[in-house]
Amino acid sequence: MERTNEMSIEFDSRSCNEGFARVSVAAFCTQLNPTLEEVADVKTAVSEAITNAIIHGYENQVHKIRIECKAAGHELYLTVIDKGKGIADIKKAMEPLFTTRPEWNRSGMGFAFMEAFMDEVVVVSELGCGTEVHMKKTIGRKSHEFPE
Amino acid sequence: MEEMFQINGTDLVIKVPRELDHHCAKRMNMGADRIIERKNIRRLIYDFRMTEFMDSSGVGAIMGRYRNIRLVGGVIRAIHVNDRVERLFHLAGIDKVIEIEKEKSWMKAGSQKEDSYGTHQ
Repeated sequence: MERTNEMSIEFDSRSCNEGFARVSVAAFCTQLNPTLEEVADVKTAVSEAITNAIIHGYENQVHKIRIECKAAGHELYLTVIDKGKGIADIKKAMEPLFTTRPEWNRSGMGFAFMEAFMDEVVVVSELGCGTEVHMKKTIGRKSHEFPE
Repeated sequence: MEEMFQINGTDLVIKVPRELDHHCAKRMNMGADRIIERKNIRRLIYDFRMTEFMDSSGVGAIMGRYRNIRLVGGVIRAIHVNDRVERLFHLAGIDKVIEIEKEKSWMKAGSQKEDSYGTHQ
């Protein structure tokens, strides 16, 4: 049977934790022998999901964000969970350049970047209950293409 | 710490931090807006030479400033842009409205990528 390995972290939804969270996931990801580009892809996706939770989910109030990671074979599974206000229209929220917060310098590119850098992105959300962003990426297949 | 902002005539040069995420972008945007309000700035120059990580907050930072500065006929320029940052600009389409000057490739291959993750051995 294929070996799996799991990790989860939970932290306050403060913006100063964004760096900590993406570096933690990147460190977990190293067991899959990723290329530098794959590490950067995962870090960007994590950063987008957490920023969404902080700004939109919790509207800058401090609650908990949970990240669950699983490595299985060449796959990295990544879930970012908040218990915030939820997303009214997921399809609309995922459209590139759509944002409810242009005045906060949001670009509306968060989900678009998650989709660009991960192989699968599934968003589950319920108003008043929170949001889960499930992502998956195949890692390490391209290592041989990067000569030392 | 080195100064993030430098004013040269009507140019404002912004040294983009090493990690440009939501957390770091807040400080950068507030500082830039304060200067733009007080001084006669016609060109914003974002210098990405130190930047190892960026997410959509970096795109939002530039889009937000672009909305304002173009009202006074100003422009935005991004310099020392690495492949990664350029890709994010391209995905967001802001490479169409700002001037981008790429980082030279020998810079990328050397200092920037190898030390930041330590994952590739």
